Amino acid sequence: MRKVLHNFSIEYLQVLDENGVCDESLKPPLSDDDVKKMYEAMVFARVFDETLLKLQREGRMYTFASLRGQEASQIGPAYALSADDWLVPSYRESGANLLKGTPPEVLYVYFAGDERGNSIPSPVKHLPVAVPVGTQTLHAVGIAWAAKMRGEKSAVLSFCGDGATSKGDFHEALNFAGVYKTPNVFMVINNGWAISLPRSKQTAAETLAQKAIAYGLRGIQVDGNDVFATYSAVKEALEFAYRGVPSVIECVTYRMSDHTTSDDAKKYRDPEEVELWRKRDPIDRLKKYMYAKGIMNKEYEEKVQQNSEKRISEAVKKAEAIQEQEPIDLFKYVYADMPLRLKEQYEELMS
Amino acid sequence: MAVAKVTTAVTMVQALNLALRQEMEKDPSVMILGEDVGKNGGVFRVTDGLYDIFGEERVISTPLAETAVAGAAIGLAINGMKPVAEIQFEGFMPPAFDQMFSHAAKMRNRSRGRFTVPMVLRAPYGGGVRALEHHSESPEAYFIHTPGLKVVIPSSPQEAKGLLISAIRDPDPVVFLEPKRLYRAFKEEVPEDEYTIPLGKANVVKEGKEITVLAWGAMLKVSLEAANRLKDTISVEVIDLRTLAPVDEEAIVKSVKKTGRAVIVHEAPKNCGFGAELSSIIMEKAFLSLKAPVKRVAGWDTPIPLPKYEDYYYPNVDRIMKELQRTVAF
Ligand SMILES: Cc1ncc(C[n+]2csc(CCOP(=O)(O)OP(=O)(O)O)c2C)c(N)n1
Ligand SMILES: [Mg+2]
Repeated sequence: MRKVLHNFSIEYLQVLDENGVCDESLKPPLSDDDVKKMYEAMVFARVFDETLLKLQREGRMYTFASLRGQEASQIGPAYALSADDWLVPSYRESGANLLKGTPPEVLYVYFAGDERGNSIPSPVKHLPVAVPVGTQTLHAVGIAWAAKMRGEKSAVLSFCGDGATSKGDFHEALNFAGVYKTPNVFMVINNGWAISLPRSKQTAAETLAQKAIAYGLRGIQVDGNDVFATYSAVKEALEFAYRGVPSVIECVTYRMSDHTTSDDAKKYRDPEEVELWRKRDPIDRLKKYMYAKGIMNKEYEEKVQQNSEKRISEAVKKAEAIQEQEPIDLFKYVYADMPLRLKEQYEELMS
Repeated sequence: MAVAKVTTAVTMVQALNLALRQEMEKDPSVMILGEDVGKNGGVFRVTDGLYDIFGEERVISTPLAETAVAGAAIGLAINGMKPVAEIQFEGFMPPAFDQMFSHAAKMRNRSRGRFTVPMVLRAPYGGGVRALEHHSESPEAYFIHTPGLKVVIPSSPQEAKGLLISAIRDPDPVVFLEPKRLYRAFKEEVPEDEYTIPLGKANVVKEGKEITVLAWGAMLKVSLEAANRLKDTISVEVIDLRTLAPVDEEAIVKSVKKTGRAVIVHEAPKNCGFGAELSSIIMEKAFLSLKAPVKRVAGWDTPIPLPKYEDYYYPNVDRIMKELQRTVAF
C-alpha cells in the first residue's frame, strides 16, 4: 500500500497592500485611535533607530543593529500583547521593546556598552536582548510553560530571524511547544538576509512558516510590512496560545540597513533590491491609508515626528548623564551572595 | 621553520588569508565552511577573496548553524576532505563544542585509528575590541580539557601563518583561536612562501634569568611590555606557548628550573583557566627549583563586562608588573 498521509498548505495574509489600500473584509477590529497609536509607535521606532545610527557614527555608542524597514513586523505584534503577555526579543527588536514599555534611555544605555541597559524595569515583561542567535526561542518555551503550570492567562511572543530557523534551538523550541502545548507565538522575521546569506540559501523550504507543520504547530506567513496583517495574525495566534495551541508567524519583510554598524552590505547585496523594498515601506503604506481615511493630516504627521524626536533626544540626554558604574558592580551580580574569591579579586582590582 | 627570502609586512588577518590560500592551492581537499565566509569574506575578512579564487564549492557560506558546521566538518574529514571550519565568534562555539567534544576529539580513539578527523575549527577569540556581549570570551580551557583535541593560539602575523598551515596539515582536529585584538593591531614581515611552525613547541620570545612568564595570544605582547618596563630591575624570561594542547612541558620545565619562579598570564577567567594546569605541571616537575609560589594574572571570575567597562577585566601591564615584582620579592 502506498498512500498520502498528509498534505499541507500555508496561508498568506496581507490586509494593507503596497499602496495603502485596505481589504476591509480582513481588517482587524482596530479603532482610529488604535491605528494612530500604532503609527506613532512605528515613527517612534524609526526615529529611535535613526538617532542611534547617528550616535554610533559619532562614536558615542558601540555596535547597533538597525530595525529600519521592520517597523510593522515589530509594532503590530507588540500592540497585540496585553501587559500580562511576555515579549522575548532578539537583538533587533528595539521597536517592540519600546512599545512593551522599556524606556528608550535603557535601550540606549545597552548599546552604549553598559550592563544596566539589560536591566528591564519592573513590571515590564520582556527579556533583555539575546545575542546568540535562536537561543531565546527556548526561553520563550520555558516562560510559557511556567505560565501554564501556574495557571496564568499569559502567552509569550518571541522573535527570531530567518537565519535562526537553521539553528537546532529553533526546532527544539517548536518541538517542546508542540509536545507541552505551551502558550507560545513564535515570530520569524524573514528580512531576506542573515548577514550576507540570502534567505534562498538559508533553507530549501519554500516558506519558513511551514517549519511549524513538522512539529504540530500552526504556521502562517504574513506581509511583514503590513501592520494590520502582523497585528491580526498575532492577535489570532494569542487566542490559540491561551488555549494551548502554539503558532509560528513568518513576517516577510526586509532589512533596509547593513546587518549592524560593523557590517557593509554593499559587499554582498544588490542595491537594486534595497530600492525595490523602499517602495514597500511599512510607514509610508500606513500613512497613505490614514490620509485616505481622513485620520491623518500634515499637522498631525509633523507633530508625531517632532514628538518622537523630542522624546528620543531627552532619552539620550538622560542616558548620557547616567553615572558611571562602580567597579564593584562587575562583581556584585555574578551570584546572589558574593563568594570570598570574588571579594578578593575586587580588592585586587582596586589596589 | 625554514626562513624564506621574500617577506611582506602584513596583518594577522592577511597572514591567515595567505595561509589558507596557499594550502588550498596546494591541496584540493582543503575547503572552507562557515557563516558569511564566502562572498563576504568572513566578518573579519580572514577569507576575503578566497570565494573568488576557489568558488562556492570550496568556500562555503553555510546556513546559521554552528553544530552543523562542526559536525559536517567531522564527516567531511572522515571521508577524505580537509575542512577548515570557521565559527564567527568564539562566543558561538558552544553549539559546535557538542560535536568537537563528543566526536572530533574521540573518533580516532573510538575507532582504534580506523577513522580520523583532520579538521581545523577556527574562531576569532578574546576581548579588547569593544564588541557586543558574547563576542569577547576566552574559552580555550574547555577545548584543552578535552582529550583528542589540539589547541593553538597565535600571537603575531608570522606565528599565525606558520601555525595555521601546520594545523591544516595535522592529522588530528585542531581548534585554532585567533586573538581578535591582534587581527589588525600591527604588521609584521611574513615570508611569502609557505612555511610551518610545529605544533606542540613553545617559543622563548625573551630570555631571562629570574622569572618565567608563560603567555599566549594577545597576552604575549602585554607580558613582553611588562617585562621590558622591568628590564633594569628584573631579568624576565617570556615564553609564548603557541600550542596549549599538547603543551610543551619540556620548555616550561626547563625555563622554570633556570629561573626558579613563574607567572602565568591569561585573559580567560582564573578559575580552572589553563594557568591552573600550568601551575600544576611546574609543581610536579620543577618543585625543588621553585623560590616562590607560582602566580596567575588572569581575567576575573565574572562574565566579561560590556565594552564601557571591559578594560577593568583584562590583565594589563600594571597588573603583570606588580605580580612579577611580588613574586621576585617573595
Ligand atoms: C549562534 C550565533 N551564531 C552566529 C552569530 C553571529 N550573527 C549575529 S546575527 C547573525 C545573522 C542572523 O540572521 P537572522 O536570524 O536572519 O536575523 P537578522 O540579523 O536578519 O535580524 C549572525 C550570523 C550569533 N550572534 N549567534
Ligand atoms: Mg534575517
